[in-house]
Amino acid sequence: MNPSVVDQAIDEIFRREAGRVLATLIRLLGDFDLAEEARQEAFTAAIERWPAIGVPANPSAWLISTGRNKAIDKIRRDVVFRTKVLDLEAAGIGMDSDVASEDDPTIFGDDRLRLIFTCCHPALSSEAHVALTLREVCGLTTQAVARAFLLSEETMAQRLVRAKRKIRDAGIPYETPEPHLFNQRIQGVLAVVYGVFTEGYAATVGSRLVDAELCGEAIRLGRLLDELLPMNAAVMGLLALMLLHDARRPARVTTTGDVVLLEDQDRKVWDQAKIDEGLSLVDSALSMSGQVSPYAVQAAIAALHVRAAKKEETDWPQIVGLYEVLMRLQPNPVIELNHAVAVSMVDGAARALDLVDSLAARGLVSEYHLLHAARGQFLQSLGRLHEAREAYGAALSLASLEPERRLLRARIDGIVTAPSGS
Amino acid sequence: MQYLLLIYSNEAELLARSPVDLKAMSAEYMDFTKGIIQGGQFKAGDRLKPTSTASTVRVRNGKLAITDGPFAETREQLGGYYLIEAKNLDEATAIAARIPGANHGSIEVRPTWPVEM
Repeated sequence: MNPSVVDQAIDEIFRREAGRVLATLIRLLGDFDLAEEARQEAFTAAIERWPAIGVPANPSAWLISTGRNKAIDKIRRDVVFRTKVLDLEAAGIGMDSDVASEDDPTIFGDDRLRLIFTCCHPALSSEAHVALTLREVCGLTTQAVARAFLLSEETMAQRLVRAKRKIRDAGIPYETPEPHLFNQRIQGVLAVVYGVFTEGYAATVGSRLVDAELCGEAIRLGRLLDELLPMNAAVMGLLALMLLHDARRPARVTTTGDVVLLEDQDRKVWDQAKIDEGLSLVDSALSMSGQVSPYAVQAAIAALHVRAAKKEETDWPQIVGLYEVLMRLQPNPVIELNHAVAVSMVDGAARALDLVDSLAARGLVSEYHLLHAARGQFLQSLGRLHEAREAYGAALSLASLEPERRLLRARIDGIVTAPSGS
Repeated sequence: MQYLLLIYSNEAELLARSPVDLKAMSAEYMDFTKGIIQGGQFKAGDRLKPTSTASTVRVRNGKLAITDGPFAETREQLGGYYLIEAKNLDEATAIAARIPGANHGSIEVRPTWPVEM
């Protein structure tokens, strides 16, 4: 084979197999750092040997057994690691253990799930969840993870070291949780994945390249979970939700960095492939028996938005109903606020204003700029322009992202130039 | 692995409880302790006398200082402990969650760090 073709094939295999090779090496070696080093050595060995011997039939099994053997050599050589040899031998893991068993694809799947659940273990901080998941499961470099969260590489490296040390020293198991813990733990994993997504999505107005990357990684994680835990309503719901939001990303910001609200977005720019995939996942998630997942309900709301060919065709009454389901499943002021906005489209601004004022009266989200922005909009459509201006002003004083602030200033200016009548 | 489960709770609130309540709580602790003895996880454990009995010792530059009271004033105080054997952190936290004090106070779960000699 032509060397560059082999190089390309090797590159492609590394990208595809890096996650599963690491996940299995961690199980075999019982240590994150040792496993990462072993994977690196296995990749180096592959670059040296595959051009001569050809790419093995099962590249990941080759990489895993090579990595493991390199690690065991290292352990035997290295005095510092002597206690680990004892651990390995006690656990029945040695040079002679059966490699063939790693050919079983279900074992790879199990190991990748183990890795995800371990990185998202509740005994780790939420910052550690995100950092570990992006580094160990997605295979991002420490530098890339640091950049995504606007931290120095050194800070991120320390965060990762601390988290891995806690996994090892506190005895966090490298296991998929036992059945009675599974549902609670999968919620934790999904929260991490959605957190990565919203971090990327909410900050789209910042540096766009990095944020698109985070959204992409979150969707990749969602797909991986859907593959490893097929027909799980919450997983399908979350993946659908992310796809349907992400499909609209190209239309959310103008080339000059201004926010475009949903109703003003150019629907032709939406990513139809993502929409189709998302819609089919929503349908599957909602057709599952058992408890309805809040992610699936949120995805269903997003689906109603994208299904409308024009904004006038949006099925607002059904959106109001879905928000009411969501408020019962997970009462939360932000959902109440979104519900009020939907209500304004069905029952008018006066009713919506009552809902938002009740939310504010309970002292909830009064510091949330979008509450004041929504009030402003309701007041404006009721012709109470003076109060609308004040509400937009309150929103402006709380908003921190520059494009949102520009939008609010435009609203305020719009009121000033409107014919006065209030 | 071995884990030390440190039971923290609001001591003033506990001391103000009625004798009936305290008796019920003791019975719950007895049941729990028996459970982990039978399960083979129990290594050691006791309650502690109140922080009013605590003394803190420091030696600085060779000079001994003994002061009245616990090391730090906090909202919850250390009131007891268990030393348990558990397969991993999930097993240890599951046992910690069964400690009666977990329902009103908090349990700090710490792996022990055996010294190799």
